Amino acid sequence: MEIVPLGDSALIVRVRKNFDGAPDEALNAVLATQRLLENAHLPGVIELAPAYTTVGVFFDPVRVVASGAKPDEVFEWLAERIREVILNANEVRADRMETSPIQIPVCYDAEFALDLDEIAQHAGLGAQEVVDLYCASEYRVHCIGFTPGFPFLGGLPSKLATPRRSTPRKEIPVGSVAIGGAQTGIYPVQSPGGWNLIGRTPLRLFDPKKDPPALLRAGDRVRFRAISRDEFARSAM
Amino acid sequence: MNATAVRAGFSTTVQDLGRTGFRQFGVSLGGALDAHALRVANLLVGNNESAAGLEVTFGGLQLRFADERLMAWSGGEFDARSGSTSLPVGHPVVIREGDEMGIERAKTGCRAWIAVSGGFDVPVVLGSRSTDLRGNFGGKEGRALRHGDELPLGKNSERTRILIDKLQRERIARWKPPHDWSSPAKREPTLRVIRGSEWNRFDNVTVQRFTGDKFTVSPDSDRMGVRFEGPRLKANELVDLISEAVAPGTIQIPPSGKPILLLGDCQTIGGYPKIAHVITVDLSIAAQLRAGDEVRFREVTLADAHQLLINREQNLEQFRRGLQPHFS
Repeated sequence: MEIVPLGDSALIVRVRKNFDGAPDEALNAVLATQRLLENAHLPGVIELAPAYTTVGVFFDPVRVVASGAKPDEVFEWLAERIREVILNANEVRADRMETSPIQIPVCYDAEFALDLDEIAQHAGLGAQEVVDLYCASEYRVHCIGFTPGFPFLGGLPSKLATPRRSTPRKEIPVGSVAIGGAQTGIYPVQSPGGWNLIGRTPLRLFDPKKDPPALLRAGDRVRFRAISRDEFARSAM
Repeated sequence: MNATAVRAGFSTTVQDLGRTGFRQFGVSLGGALDAHALRVANLLVGNNESAAGLEVTFGGLQLRFADERLMAWSGGEFDARSGSTSLPVGHPVVIREGDEMGIERAKTGCRAWIAVSGGFDVPVVLGSRSTDLRGNFGGKEGRALRHGDELPLGKNSERTRILIDKLQRERIARWKPPHDWSSPAKREPTLRVIRGSEWNRFDNVTVQRFTGDKFTVSPDSDRMGVRFEGPRLKANELVDLISEAVAPGTIQIPPSGKPILLLGDCQTIGGYPKIAHVITVDLSIAAQLRAGDEVRFREVTLADAHQLLINREQNLEQFRRGLQPHFS
């Protein structure tokens, strides 16, 4: 484990060195570290942000000093507290509670699946085979970022990995489900984007009126279920 | 009672000190790009320092007030007026029922913050009144102001009423905060930085160029970040960098070799090498950067950055105490 500054008001706890070798293990360790630090309520810590192999810790240096750190040792003082919390934990529980995967209904009609043909061509499969393969796999949320509520999902069958589009689209419709390289994800708010669109979900992935505002969080398991255009229209109402 | 945006300005948004606790869901901090400036403006009108104000970019805003209010503004060098009266930066001023105020023409810098007694009382969304332009929520319907927008204001507090009564005759208070607080915009700004986690993975020439040369602010800059032209830095060939948290102040070097300085509306995670971070106290200067400005970066230690922040906080506390007699 390594702790490095991220400017003067944040730091990064590097829980693992690599991700792709053992993504589930790395993610479980990161989420366990996040929980430990959440429960520790360290002085001056404002919030935590997990991503792949790291936990970002945002803090107020003024409050850290008010809690006893010397002004010229704020980072060292907080890093030491973080190390204590992590080392004193009996064991960093690497297994996350087994929850059943969250079902995401997706309509793969041509109207929404603007890049399905490219994905199929790249994979050397037919469009329906792509959809079947995509729906047969189980995915895991590795990280939320890019835009509010955007899940980066691991678990894409390697055959379906498709390079990002050379020219990103200026506006991706809300709910678009897409493949970018070896990852897949869902656009929760209107934004530009360079991923290949495979379909669209009527589910709302980000709703600022709810707490938590995002449907998914890092660690969640996800499955996609194909729905008809009619079912999409009914659910989207 | 409301304030009306008679003219909305180039890009005016409701902002408070930002939204915390939701980074793990991809929600940016947001808030006033110069949080210190908004805190000072709020204190000057008797508000809680976290009350929502308006962030004005390049001016063009004209506000009309439906009732008597205390107003103060801070930030860049702007021409602010109420009728024919010039409204100096950092001085609390009484705005009477039906009066208008406008803020025009940024001479230096590009942003100003307007605090009005009672605060802008838009709904709290995820713990903040700040406008999130990427997520389209918070502030006034999740967007920048439009002509004719009505903005609800909270009630004038007792302490504000006391100062309004004291200022009935002169209207504009004679006192103001320390000069460098109300004028953070610089003509040839130097931003102090501390090393980023990939600093050591750039070669010596690149690092020397970063701290030795001047960089020009590109027009392609906004509340998410400032892009720079100028000496192209040799992009680091770290293809395997895993995305991790970034923060306002982070300076990334993308493959183009042109630095990007992240500001309040930045994404929560990033995968570009981080060469450095602008220190928190200098985010006030960063918030004023506009296209064509020439900027230098100077390295300081992390301990320096913290000491500067703590000094500023102590000065603010002293200022807060010094204001007390005006409100009692």
